[in-house]
Amino acid sequence: MHAADHYKEAERLMTICNSCRYCEGLCAVFPAMELRRSYENRDLDYLANLCHGCGACYVDCQFSPPHEFKVNVPRTLAQLRGVSYRSHAWPGFMRPMFDRNGLAIAVVTALSIAGFILGFALWHDPRVLFLGEGQFYRLMPHNVMAPLFGAAFLFSLLALGMGFRSFWCDIGARSVSAGSGGSLLQASRDAAALRYLDGGGVGCYNEDERPTDNRRLFHHLTFYGFLLCFASTSSGTIYHYAFDWPAPYGLLTLPKLFGIPGGIGLVVGSLGLIHAKLVRDRALMDPTKFGMDTAFLLMMLVTGLTGLLLMVLRETPAMGITLAVHLGAVFALFLTMPYGKFVHGIYRFGALALYAAERRLDRAAVPGAKRPS
Amino acid sequence: MDALDVLVVGGGNAALCAAIAARRSGASVMVVEGAPKFYRGGNTRHTRNMRCAHDTATQHLTGPYTEDEFLDDLLRVTEGNTDEQLARHMISLSKPMLDWIGEQGVRFQPSLGGTLSLGRTNSFFLGGGRAMLNALYLTAEKLGVQIQYDASVVALDVEDGRFKSATIRTVEGDKVVEAQSLVAAAGGFEANIEWLKEGWGDIADNFLIRGTPYNRGDVLKMLMAADVETIGDPTQCHAVAIDARAPKFDGGIITRLDCVVFGIVVNRNAERFYDEGQDFWPKRYAIWGRLVAQQPDQISWIIFDAKSLKMFMPSLYPPIAAQNVADLADKLGLPVEALEKTVRDFNAAVRPGTFDHTILDDCHTEGLNPPKTHWARRLETPPFYAYPVRPGITFTYLGTRVDREARMRMKGGLGAENMFAAGEIMAGNVLGKGYAAGIGMTIGSVFGKLAGEGAARHARG
Repeated sequence: MHAADHYKEAERLMTICNSCRYCEGLCAVFPAMELRRSYENRDLDYLANLCHGCGACYVDCQFSPPHEFKVNVPRTLAQLRGVSYRSHAWPGFMRPMFDRNGLAIAVVTALSIAGFILGFALWHDPRVLFLGEGQFYRLMPHNVMAPLFGAAFLFSLLALGMGFRSFWCDIGARSVSAGSGGSLLQASRDAAALRYLDGGGVGCYNEDERPTDNRRLFHHLTFYGFLLCFASTSSGTIYHYAFDWPAPYGLLTLPKLFGIPGGIGLVVGSLGLIHAKLVRDRALMDPTKFGMDTAFLLMMLVTGLTGLLLMVLRETPAMGITLAVHLGAVFALFLTMPYGKFVHGIYRFGALALYAAERRLDRAAVPGAKRPS
Repeated sequence: MDALDVLVVGGGNAALCAAIAARRSGASVMVVEGAPKFYRGGNTRHTRNMRCAHDTATQHLTGPYTEDEFLDDLLRVTEGNTDEQLARHMISLSKPMLDWIGEQGVRFQPSLGGTLSLGRTNSFFLGGGRAMLNALYLTAEKLGVQIQYDASVVALDVEDGRFKSATIRTVEGDKVVEAQSLVAAAGGFEANIEWLKEGWGDIADNFLIRGTPYNRGDVLKMLMAADVETIGDPTQCHAVAIDARAPKFDGGIITRLDCVVFGIVVNRNAERFYDEGQDFWPKRYAIWGRLVAQQPDQISWIIFDAKSLKMFMPSLYPPIAAQNVADLADKLGLPVEALEKTVRDFNAAVRPGTFDHTILDDCHTEGLNPPKTHWARRLETPPFYAYPVRPGITFTYLGTRVDREARMRMKGGLGAENMFAAGEIMAGNVLGKGYAAGIGMTIGSVFGKLAGEGAARHARG
């Protein structure tokens, strides 16, 4: 189906849902829908990104398939989210990254890892890879590593920021001052707690009508694990430059105190989410996004796993290769953040901020100027 | 298989409350639901709230709703067509019911957008009726209730008011299931057009059925044949006007139209036939099914203009629109001159007033027959809109007579030994006429629990 078909289907569903409203108490999507009577594409982008995909409205709906009205809100909004990620990607020529995202991420990651292995080997004698001396910076001097990763990270921030700006304008965030402190605070709270990934209170739905899975828990582990790993890296950088205290760091230093639980969170969380995805009722999912979702989860898994492995294998001959894989994965992760599943977080945050503002004013936002196609 | 204590026929709110209550009383329980799993639950799938008495405001209810006020409401909507003793009994049991149903896993929320008038009296299910059903089924399964879908009862063996066995038909063939007690909670017969014709004649072919296609009244008919006493007008059903484009069955809440009071309603001859502004819509919506049923071809059109478009709850199908009345008539297939005349006459009869749809305002017609006594505004602002409407049947009133324990009564006045009834199949005991939002669920839950407990008590001695 083309994007236009997804929008048409979403509009049909929102018209049905707005006539029913039984799901109003389940999450933010339906109260936001009720503030409107008609749904143009930018309204639908907003509603799609507000949806956390918990599945409760599908399981609760008297009109879901096989009923002839075929109401499937979680899948339709998941499809629209895919459309919106693509259309807000910056720069525009990168949009095709979303077309076969699993493949694209895999290629970038493979190239990146190969690049690091090759780089280490060419820079020095290839044997340096297997020395097992426990010295990362003999393989890659810190003064090379930091600017390279810093540049990739800054580029990602810029691209993510531009994408977010496009989304933010489109959904009409300014028309209700969604950027105000109160809205941002509320959105931060809702995002930090994954308030709407709870099926209206009982947990979200995965295999069937029993709310059994722990997607929220695993998402927390992944997300906070990611943040801890980021804090670990940042603290290491500060130690290095501010205190002239080079790695490796002991167990009771900040990089380790952040990094070890962070790495464990990334590994356990991403494995849990991958498992949930594999057993999930296909009806609730956008089948074309399976590659994108799992690619991102695998990136998280590889990043966490190789990070932890590095700690264990640091003084063995396997260190060189492990470091190359770890750095390659992280580098690829930084580079592809604006062009993969990672963006769901920033658009959902934007949608939550808009929702907070709409609730406060009790009126719908006015979508921004027409988006260039 | 071990001897079964309680057989519950049906799969909606009443059936599940009975099954859970019987199981919690220690009985072994089997539920046979005629519908496939997705369509389980009869009309409960389409419900959204229940009306229970309560002494104080709660987390989800905005104020108290006393037993006396509940009874007054019931007497008013039924115009006295109720067994008052039984109604009082049910209302007093509705109080603890809110807690009990919550303990079975059903969750509540504040009243939905567009239903503020029910925020004090009615408890809304979080996620609606199917969510409620899902919770009840999960609880029943956890407790060890056996549940069979696609399982319809094709025969009942009843001797002198004593149930012995039922023949259950599934894809695997027929099998006879014996049980110590029977709970019949299999709904009414509104999806049985042939049966509806007995009361309405052939015009019933043009009725739409708002809910489940599985309520065909087979069990009710078997019980009647087994000399169970009936109650309720066999020819009557609850009928509202719904969008004529709705599917024949199961269109549910989203095909309803709340805009009659904002416009005029005309029949196939483009003539008005009733006062659209007689009273507030919640008090009058239930007469329009019958009114439309009396029109030629059982169809009518609600016509209004741009002023009113956003004043009522949206519905599934968009209104048919045109820039002038003649074009609208053309699109609707109505006689153009007749519709123009009807609109012209109506507009000419509208007196100036201050429009306010939240009160019985002073906007009315003069010298028009039938009049429009409130909310009458000229149809003059294009575009003009129309919704086609047909009678939509919600439920039937005929049912089995029961006592305070939900035990069926046999012809001749004696109580059945081991047969109980709950839900729509016996709603006519309390609700002989009319309707008030959420009362069907109250009847289902209260009598369901009573029936389950009574059936278990009988089975276990």
